[in-house]
Amino acid sequence: MFKRMQSPVAPEQDGFELCVDGTPITAQNGETVALAMLNAGIVPFRHTAVSGQARAPLCLMGVCFDCMVEIDGRLVQSCMVDARPGMRVTLLTGARDIGAAE
Amino acid sequence: MTSIACDTVIVGGGVVGLSIAYGFARRGDRVAVLDEGDVAFRAARGNFGLVWVQGKGAKNPDYARWTMAAAALWPAFAEELAAQADTDLQLCQNGGLSICLNQSELETRASELQALRTQLASNYPFEVLDAKALRGLVSEVGPEAVGAIYCPLDGHVSPLRLLHALVTGIQARRGTLLPGHTVENIIPRGGEFEMQAGGKRFSAGRVVLAAGLGNRALAPMVGLNAPVKPVRGQILVSERIKPFLRLATLTVRQTGEGVVQIGDSKEDVGFDDSTTIDQLAHIAHRAVRCFPKLQNANLVRCWGALRVMTPDGYPIYEGSAEYPGAYVITCHSGITLAAAHAGPLVEWMLGRARFSDIGGFGAERFHV
Amino acid sequence: MTTRECDLLVIGGGPAGMAAANAGAALGLKTLLMDEQMQAGGQIYRNINGVSGHLGALLGPDYLHGRELAARLRGSAVETHFGTLVWEVTADREVSAQKNGQSFRLRAKQIIAASGAMERASPVPGWTLPGVMNAGAAQIALKSGASLPAGRVVLAGGGPLLFLVACQLMDAGAEITAIVETSPAANLLRALPHLPTALTAPAYLIKGLSMMRKIRVAGIPWFRQASALSIDGRQQVEAVRFHSRGQDQRIAADVVLLHHGIIPNTQIGRMLRIEHAWNQGQLCWHPILDSWGETSSPGIRIAGDGGGIAGALAAEASGMIAAYGAAYTLGKITEPERDRGTAMMRRLLDRHRRIRPFLDALYQPPEWLLQPSDDVVVCRCEEVTAGRIRKMASQGCTGPNQTKFFSRCGMGPCQGRICGLPVTQILARELRRDPGEVGAYRIRPPLKPIPIGSLAALDSTTTTGDDYGN
Repeated sequence: MFKRMQSPVAPEQDGFELCVDGTPITAQNGETVALAMLNAGIVPFRHTAVSGQARAPLCLMGVCFDCMVEIDGRLVQSCMVDARPGMRVTLLTGARDIGAAE
Repeated sequence: MTSIACDTVIVGGGVVGLSIAYGFARRGDRVAVLDEGDVAFRAARGNFGLVWVQGKGAKNPDYARWTMAAAALWPAFAEELAAQADTDLQLCQNGGLSICLNQSELETRASELQALRTQLASNYPFEVLDAKALRGLVSEVGPEAVGAIYCPLDGHVSPLRLLHALVTGIQARRGTLLPGHTVENIIPRGGEFEMQAGGKRFSAGRVVLAAGLGNRALAPMVGLNAPVKPVRGQILVSERIKPFLRLATLTVRQTGEGVVQIGDSKEDVGFDDSTTIDQLAHIAHRAVRCFPKLQNANLVRCWGALRVMTPDGYPIYEGSAEYPGAYVITCHSGITLAAAHAGPLVEWMLGRARFSDIGGFGAERFHV
Repeated sequence: MTTRECDLLVIGGGPAGMAAANAGAALGLKTLLMDEQMQAGGQIYRNINGVSGHLGALLGPDYLHGRELAARLRGSAVETHFGTLVWEVTADREVSAQKNGQSFRLRAKQIIAASGAMERASPVPGWTLPGVMNAGAAQIALKSGASLPAGRVVLAGGGPLLFLVACQLMDAGAEITAIVETSPAANLLRALPHLPTALTAPAYLIKGLSMMRKIRVAGIPWFRQASALSIDGRQQVEAVRFHSRGQDQRIAADVVLLHHGIIPNTQIGRMLRIEHAWNQGQLCWHPILDSWGETSSPGIRIAGDGGGIAGALAAEASGMIAAYGAAYTLGKITEPERDRGTAMMRRLLDRHRRIRPFLDALYQPPEWLLQPSDDVVVCRCEEVTAGRIRKMASQGCTGPNQTKFFSRCGMGPCQGRICGLPVTQILARELRRDPGEVGAYRIRPPLKPIPIGSLAALDSTTTTGDDYGN
């Protein structure tokens, strides 16, 4: 949904990889997880727990919570977390699973 | 100023007042519910949603009986409301647990219930589960849990959906809800009651005070007494998570939406419904010890609410001797007792049931 | 972790927060600054320390102005904690925060909350679709990651930020298919009486006119006085629909950027239950502050756009003024020192505020945006529609707190940040009352969700299972 600007001065830096639902994507230094995902063309970010609606970020500044993903087991706003090499991101479909029901 | 006339005025639009209003409306009364505004001390909106039997009335068999009767009325009540409001109340009465984190807690609880069972000389079902049996029932409990009391009569319901269904049911029977109408005074006049609220005047042959902590000031206006005081409880609520907890427990339950609610505390702090980190952290810690997986669940909201407590913790159901037709109703288990309040309690106020049928919780026990 | 103490805690590292912290430390206060983001700048100066020269030039001198503030912060005695979420503040100024997944507590003698602004919700049909974003989000992507919306971009709404984002995206190489302005014609008439005041501080007007000229010269289709805005799409955005120039329009799009002005972020003040007032000019709430930024809760101040929208330069001035107020209260400076030290700031503040009445009137959001049709989702978290909110009004909900209990509206993870204002406005219309009377959501801790384990770790009591209830 987003793309990185072509800079006439500095050629694109080498990125690093993180994993989204098992698939590697490339991020640049300083990018949030949300932005890296947008640049990688990941749509949607999640399906709501209420009705399964598809959602992607609205605000990118920590207000809307539509960019929520699970990173290394914790539910976070992906727009508030800087991307790091080797991160494991899981997209949510419905409510999160923290343990099996009987 | 013309006055608005109806059969029964209920003062208080919490779960107690609405259950009673619904009961009267169901019996054909024209009811009006006078309620406060958007920000009020609302016990009904801060409660936990348990329909709970175990431990209730451990020192008062009448209360235990009344609670059991109320729980037994719930399935039909929920079905009736669900049909009218087109909302599933998420009632689930498949048993409840009190999880204990040490042996003495478990033993104290078990012996209390055993004594109650003997006193009642009737069927008072509960089981004492050891750690293994508990884990067999709910695999998610943590290693610190030494056991639990299981009672098959316990359950839970969505208090939000209950309130909504009651409102729908009352309105469907031409009952009137008047939020933002704080009652200023009640004047008994010629066998009727006149009330001033929200700049309007109301008159009714019957007035039921179900205003929670507000009853304290209102009751004397009609020759009654409601020595209630606030006891704060704090509640934590999680994000929606996939179902992990099959049974309600006394301090942790998962709602039909997947939200986990964690309570509760009992603090005597006056009219202060704020939260405190010390208490919230303590409640959270206990919940995590019971269910370790909860530590990764996100906490979305915490709040404090004021419970309405009588000196002995049991309800007050009292009709005014001085001004017949005026009643004061107060209790702190408005959810558990909702079906009984809409049913037998209303029948009693209509003169169709005996006082002993509703447990006999008069206020005279506080007259010293 | 043990409780710590400081003289001044500044919450938020945007212009107001940086200015407040810099001034506080310079006045000898032991000052802490906390911000949830990983670096200073807030949203307006986002990534100010890391931005490349090329991108910095593109974003312009107004953006680069933040460099000086950030540099001063780095060189100051302020103890900064980035990546730190303040999730609870009490009236006694006890603060709970979380960093690296761990919660800790501290106590501050004075607090300046500089939590800034956010964009007004634009609840139009289709606004929950992936590909619909706030215009500010695109600017943040540009500032923080030199990234642009891909494909056909349509900007819709009104306000200076809409044009600024349009210009910046154009310069950065985005494909802007159309600008759809929703400000009604009547706004111009309402704004005119405020023009003379605005002209006394003409810099803003000149910037605005030059942005508009740039858009016109670029030949981007520009629709004015649009109404009935909606967004089409199945799984994501496909097109924007609206009515303008006397007919229904449909423009294909891959990304739609909405903007209807910015409003103060009042979550922290609402949690503290400080007094707020309804601002009919800006159609939002603002906290009631004295001339030193102090709220109705002693020792707690609000600076910057969180106290009322006035822009980055005004925010900077108000941050300094609040810091001087805090230092005076703590006895670090005398009254004349305080007044002298802030005299220039007050003149600046006054100047930067002069444009506001004009802009507020000119870009007042259209009535149809404030009263969405029944099928539009207003509470995005719990998916509560405008129709449901109207029904609740008829069922006895006199304010937004009661709608929570009827529908879980505002009870999702955003805790009413997005839907708070629309819910108040819809209820006000239904109940025929003033929004100020209808009120706002009560905000509960935590300000943002934290893991239950993070809270549990703060338990200091010995647990014996004594709280077994009856």
